[in-house]
Amino acid sequence: MLAIEDVSVSVGDKQILASVDLGVEDSEIVAVLGPSGSGKSTLLRAIAGLVRVSGGDIRWDGRSVLTIPTHKRGFGLMFQGFALFPHMTVAENVGFGLHMNGVDDVGKRVEAALESVGLSGFGPRRIDSLSGGERQRVALARTMAPDPQLVMLDEPLGALDRNLRQRLVSDTRSLLEQRDVTAIVVTHDRDEAVAMSNRLAVMRQGTIVQTGTLEQLLAAPADDWVRQFLT
Amino acid sequence: MSKIRWGWVAVAAVPTIFIGYFFVYPVIRILGIGLSELSIGASGVEARLLRVGWFTLWQATLSTILTFVAAAPLTWAVSSYEFKGRRLATALVTVPFVLPTVVVGTAFVALGWRESIGAILAAHVFFNVAVVVRTVSTVWSRIDPRLFEAARVLGADSRQVFRTITLPLLRPAMAAAASIVFLFTFTSFGVVLILGGFQYATLEVEIYRQAVTLFDLPLAAALAIVQLVGVSAALYAYSAYQETRSVSWALDSGSNRRPATGRTKLAVGLATVGTLAALAIPLGVLVSRSLAGSPYARMFVDDPVVGRPIAAAGNSLLFAVVAMCLATVVGLMAAAVITGRRGALSRWFDLVLMLPLGTSAVTIGFGFIVALDWPVDLRATLWLVPVAHALVAVPFVVRSTVPTLRSIEPETREAAAVLGASPWRVWREIDLPIVSRAALVGAGFAFVISLGEFGATSFIARPSTATIPTIIYRLLTRPGASSFGMAMAMSVVLAAITAAVVLALDRARVGDIGRF
Repeated sequence: MLAIEDVSVSVGDKQILASVDLGVEDSEIVAVLGPSGSGKSTLLRAIAGLVRVSGGDIRWDGRSVLTIPTHKRGFGLMFQGFALFPHMTVAENVGFGLHMNGVDDVGKRVEAALESVGLSGFGPRRIDSLSGGERQRVALARTMAPDPQLVMLDEPLGALDRNLRQRLVSDTRSLLEQRDVTAIVVTHDRDEAVAMSNRLAVMRQGTIVQTGTLEQLLAAPADDWVRQFLT
Repeated sequence: MSKIRWGWVAVAAVPTIFIGYFFVYPVIRILGIGLSELSIGASGVEARLLRVGWFTLWQATLSTILTFVAAAPLTWAVSSYEFKGRRLATALVTVPFVLPTVVVGTAFVALGWRESIGAILAAHVFFNVAVVVRTVSTVWSRIDPRLFEAARVLGADSRQVFRTITLPLLRPAMAAAASIVFLFTFTSFGVVLILGGFQYATLEVEIYRQAVTLFDLPLAAALAIVQLVGVSAALYAYSAYQETRSVSWALDSGSNRRPATGRTKLAVGLATVGTLAALAIPLGVLVSRSLAGSPYARMFVDDPVVGRPIAAAGNSLLFAVVAMCLATVVGLMAAAVITGRRGALSRWFDLVLMLPLGTSAVTIGFGFIVALDWPVDLRATLWLVPVAHALVAVPFVVRSTVPTLRSIEPETREAAAVLGASPWRVWREIDLPIVSRAALVGAGFAFVISLGEFGATSFIARPSTATIPTIIYRLLTRPGASSFGMAMAMSVVLAAITAAVVLALDRARVGDIGRF
């Protein structure tokens, strides 16, 4: 399980995260929901080790991960905008993490990962020949391929149009559940958050103000802002 | 039915005739002379071509590699980090690049490095570091940083990130920089002529020696053919590569430099200060040695061999102004043709206009002396010098104006036409005001190119039309400390004028010297 304890992050003299507390149980999917600029992406980057944590601790199965460099944490992060490598094919993108981790049967596992997102046979394609929805699925396959112990998705459907999002929401959720992974999904869209997760964590101005299911939050909102934000 | 637009034909005719008569026709004459020489198979010609060609090739290759090695630290620093003095560092590193080759040659002679391969390589690196730093860093600093982060999250350590992400994404920019450096060093003339002594000669230097010193025009022409083939192959390889590899969509519009902190601060500081200090040494030595023995005062005194040196400065400035006007007018007309019509003709035009840039100044000068006796003998004309300079400069004017003209939306011109403007009025009211800044930069480049031009000038300048670079070369080849002192003083004067013009252009902040 993941435990985020009193985590603060500052960039320059600006505080982005202020004593964030959040626990994610094994196999649980938590959606971090908040307006843009509330620090959601920074929280994921702190967990991945891409920004320095200035206070507090992040633990995985009880052990602090703060001293472990990003490339050894074994967490998966799907970036906003996907950050696919433009100079590599679909298969090379998906196989990148496997190569870095010294996996033997890369070819087979890449094909399996592509199949799980419905893109069998897309391996040799160039990234710039893909549609937005296909890119999203390649990014998802790339994140999942090395079997990370924790999967983080940053606005996984952010840039796509509405019809496509509705379909990909359920696809993404069922993929996460099939694999039985522990996951954090960041989004600014309430319906998307509800559809993709077991539990919501509402974030505002660099801190998590309340967690719970949508019903719990609506029944007893922490304050007026949470109620307004959720309705 | 399409009506022939005579105005447009006239605009296209000027650059066509200019390039056709002063460049294409002389090259054809050279080909004629050279090919007959090669087919005769005169004794020893092939061995000689092979020897000179081989030296040209390997010194250019080695120069290119060494330039990359020397440029790597500064390129890394200015691409990855934001720090105080970063802009100044990229401006200063460009100074050697804009200096005339005779000045660079004189500076290394002032260091005491003469007649050695080391001096040639060092001068080439000194001259070209800016090409690598500027070409590569503009791409490197704009790579989406999330690509690096994505690779790290997937398990890549910093060395693997560099090898699998950074390097492949930089490959097109590195190929572009490498081909520019390779072309410059392959066609290097002034530096090799001054620093190589009798021992080392590139094709350019050998063409000059055979044609001007030994009057063996056929052999010079044969050498020129080898030169043309080599340069064309390099240009072709480069353009073929550019078309297959383009990942520009992975580039951010902004810059992604992070502030330097802690240990990186030290590395960035060392890279920046170290590179700039190394580049400053030859220039510093040149300036300080030029101050000994008051050569500046003697520039105004008649000299038995070279006349009054300062008179050459007058020639240089006059030629530079004429060449600038010629190149700007011809270049703008060519740019109008290239951007005015889509299709095969404009692409062909674009390519033909780049040819003088691709060949070499020496070939241009050589072509003038073998070809411009027809239909009337122009070879004794005073104005041949600025014409040659303009020919070298036209591609730069075209390159700096075409992107701006392309950026004008067709609707803007159409709107003007609908409102009743004739094609000529559309150009004057819409295109000209928009392109004027870019044209100014192109004109500035033309001026600077003319001031420092040595390759073509060395063929066609007469004693009465000597320019600063040709005087410097004559002073360098004459024994005696006072000649050398004057050569250094003239070099400092030429460098100062050049630097002043370039700095003024840089302040206009419209052009980018490192781009082509």
